[in-house]
Amino acid sequence: MKMANPLRGEVLTLYKNLLYFGREYPKGADYFKRRLKAAFLKNKDVKDPEKIRQLIARGEFVIKELEALYFLRKYRAMKQRYHLEDDKTK
Amino acid sequence: MAELRALVGVKRVIDYAVKIRVKPDKTGVVTDGVKHSMNPFCEIAVEEAVRLKEKKLVKEVIAVSCGPKQCQETLRTALAMGADRGIHVEVPESEAERLGPLQVSRVLTALAQKEKAGLVLLGKQAIDDDCNQTGQMTAAMLDWPQGTFASKLTLEGDKVTVEREIDGGLETIRLKLPAVVTADLRLNEPRYATLPNIMGTN
Repeated sequence: MKMANPLRGEVLTLYKNLLYFGREYPKGADYFKRRLKAAFLKNKDVKDPEKIRQLIARGEFVIKELEALYFLRKYRAMKQRYHLEDDKTK
Repeated sequence: MAELRALVGVKRVIDYAVKIRVKPDKTGVVTDGVKHSMNPFCEIAVEEAVRLKEKKLVKEVIAVSCGPKQCQETLRTALAMGADRGIHVEVPESEAERLGPLQVSRVLTALAQKEKAGLVLLGKQAIDDDCNQTGQMTAAMLDWPQGTFASKLTLEGDKVTVEREIDGGLETIRLKLPAVVTADLRLNEPRYATLPNIMGTN
């Protein structure tokens, strides 16, 4: 996390959002939190704004992947539980 | 701009991914400290209502939840997904166990009339009791037509065309508004309520 860098707010928001998304992670919220923290700490000395923006974009990509993951898991579970007849007839 | 108001029922249930455990005294399942969330079919109903609002076919989306204090979390999620208002019909924890489709339909009937809703959208069933009754009972009490197990919904003027998932395929019916529709899995893909949205609502 940067000190006195205008992108600090964005980085913090990204971190908070990822933390929120990580609560439902299949391998557990703790696992996710540890990996998240490690990933952010690894880049804590990056100063170039362009590089920071790229990393933020990567973080936002991860959020989209998590959204898709969660949706697919839920959809598959619901389909399995409630639409068995569909699979039988195929 | 449409004048249609959509009333969406949302139920707080044990999260779908949780491994259910029976209480040691065998009087029910363990709910204390267990993760709860909005019933997946209710999420689909909220998403559909919000999409209709975004298409300007619905003027206002009102989410309703019956139950103890914690239902407010579920309502907040509905608001974060785009509902305009949330109504919490508070039922004390001690009596919540006896809350079933019959009671909830009575509540929804009264609210639909009070809020002058033209469309009542519900999930087809809850994943905890799997009753699949609330939508049908509400329609009967309101004396409104019903389109259950909806996998497609099209609003056209004062009518709604509903494609229903039935045994052996699909059935398409057209209902005159006001009507009750219950959402099936394939109706849409619900949006994820993100943190800023949830924090922003109150």
